[in-house]
Amino acid sequence: MTTRATPVKLFQGTRPGGYLFSLPYLVFFLAFVAYPLIFSFLLMFHRWNLVSPMEWVGLKNFIRLSRDPLFFKSLVNTLFFLMIHIPLQITVALGFALLLNENIAGRGFFRGIYFLPVVVSGVAVTILWQQLFSYDFGLLNGFLAAVGIGPVPWLIDVHFAMPSIALMATWKNVGIYIVLFLAGLQSIPHELYEAASIDGARPVRQFFSITLPLLNPTVMVIVVLSTIGGFSLFIEPYILTGGGPMESTLSGMLYIYNQAFYFGHMGYAATLGFVYALVIFGVVLLQRRVIERDVTQ
Amino acid sequence: MKRLGTYLVLLAGALMFAYPFLWMLAASLKPEAAINGLGLWSKEFTGVNYEKVFVKIPILRAFLNSLIVSGCTTASVVVFGSMVGYALSRLEFPGRRALYLVILFTMMIPFQIVLIPQYILMVKLGWTDTYLSLIAPTMISAFGIVLFRQFFAAIPQALIDAARIDGCSELRILFRIVWPLSRPVLITVALLTFMTNWNEVLWPMMVVRDRSLMTMPQMVALFSTGGEAESQLGYLLAAATLLAAPVVIAYAFFQRYFIESMASTGLKG
Repeated sequence: MTTRATPVKLFQGTRPGGYLFSLPYLVFFLAFVAYPLIFSFLLMFHRWNLVSPMEWVGLKNFIRLSRDPLFFKSLVNTLFFLMIHIPLQITVALGFALLLNENIAGRGFFRGIYFLPVVVSGVAVTILWQQLFSYDFGLLNGFLAAVGIGPVPWLIDVHFAMPSIALMATWKNVGIYIVLFLAGLQSIPHELYEAASIDGARPVRQFFSITLPLLNPTVMVIVVLSTIGGFSLFIEPYILTGGGPMESTLSGMLYIYNQAFYFGHMGYAATLGFVYALVIFGVVLLQRRVIERDVTQ
Repeated sequence: MKRLGTYLVLLAGALMFAYPFLWMLAASLKPEAAINGLGLWSKEFTGVNYEKVFVKIPILRAFLNSLIVSGCTTASVVVFGSMVGYALSRLEFPGRRALYLVILFTMMIPFQIVLIPQYILMVKLGWTDTYLSLIAPTMISAFGIVLFRQFFAAIPQALIDAARIDGCSELRILFRIVWPLSRPVLITVALLTFMTNWNEVLWPMMVVRDRSLMTMPQMVALFSTGGEAESQLGYLLAAATLLAAPVVIAYAFFQRYFIESMASTGLKG
């Protein structure tokens, strides 16, 4: 019996193949991550419309940003969106998840239906909701009229437009959070509820003392993902309102897009992108400090 | 009694999420004048809205473009991603840990920072208005790599050792031994990548102006915001239905995979 090599030699030591296998990522990283990152830092200090040569402007882009009412408007709009979207999303998702967590026949069916809007293209969903939101002939106002309310100026009123988009975004995304909450609920040990029952805690008390605290990690994930989603809002206002009425639905991403592709301000658009990224980091850090609890003890 | 209430609420929920889609499908099959009210039924159904969409915009071409772009991206993310994931989990080499940390770091970068420079890169390479600009920047997914690494790390070392003793190359080990054992993660990554790319609209709107290269979401978005739909609701809803249909059909068959993969990752499509 012959062996071609001793196992010890085979299984130990470094394998240069590792570099070869990682090569696709390295090329990708240099071209589409590292280069754009470095270039974005350069771009922020230039004025450039892609046609004429780049012009060094120092901190002008940042100064301009600090005085740009549309930048602040888009920021306020996004925060307004998040203030409605996040609580609504958590409430609705948790409500359905609690119901589905009971001993329900057809759980898979319901879960499947609730999840449907998550997989459908945002463009299709937005076109559909444009009709639902229509003032005169929309499905929502038709439904409200049937129960004696309305009509609501969903997209045409300055105060309603952003909440309407938040409503639509919640409808589209809530399915995934129902599934996340359901998974969270199923990971809570049954003994905790039994012990609480023996101690005489009512279901409401059990919910606030056991369920909610133990779902904290799930809540945190949902808050962070919704926040990132809120700052990425683009096609929804683009199709529904074009950012109006009176810039009330101008989102950060829509503003960056307009600056870059409507006005050709590449340097300023890059500056906006950078500052928005900083804001996202800041908001997420703040959320973690306020919401995150250690539930392992 | 309480259970009845639970079912009623769950059913109301199901209606809330499904009815708008049913309404859209029904409305897209009605003549313009009949699209009103809350109901689904109409005395008259017609295919005229779909006919108009096919005449007014190259929707079939857009469908093919979407298929090409999403297909290439998915194949690349799965093949290259699993190679890197295999290297990170099964091949010792100096710098491996650092590479993994870099990959994790890149996942934290908000895309808003790199979007404009990436677009400029496409312009400088002369890739705008080509498939390359739609495919190249998404050919690798850091997220996919992390999922592959995690899954491959759990495969028994004995299997890999046995293959090495038999003189298998590492590539052969990956594709002949590791892949067949990794169906769940392969499907998860493929499905997520395909769906994300199928639905992506911002990036195509930046790099493609040529109508014959537009993907479906971009084409339909343009149709809805431009004047081509002539404010005809039926045309718009037909276009939106065509855009939604492929994913909904795929979802009908692979529902569990869709839900499980997206829930396991917490990723939004």
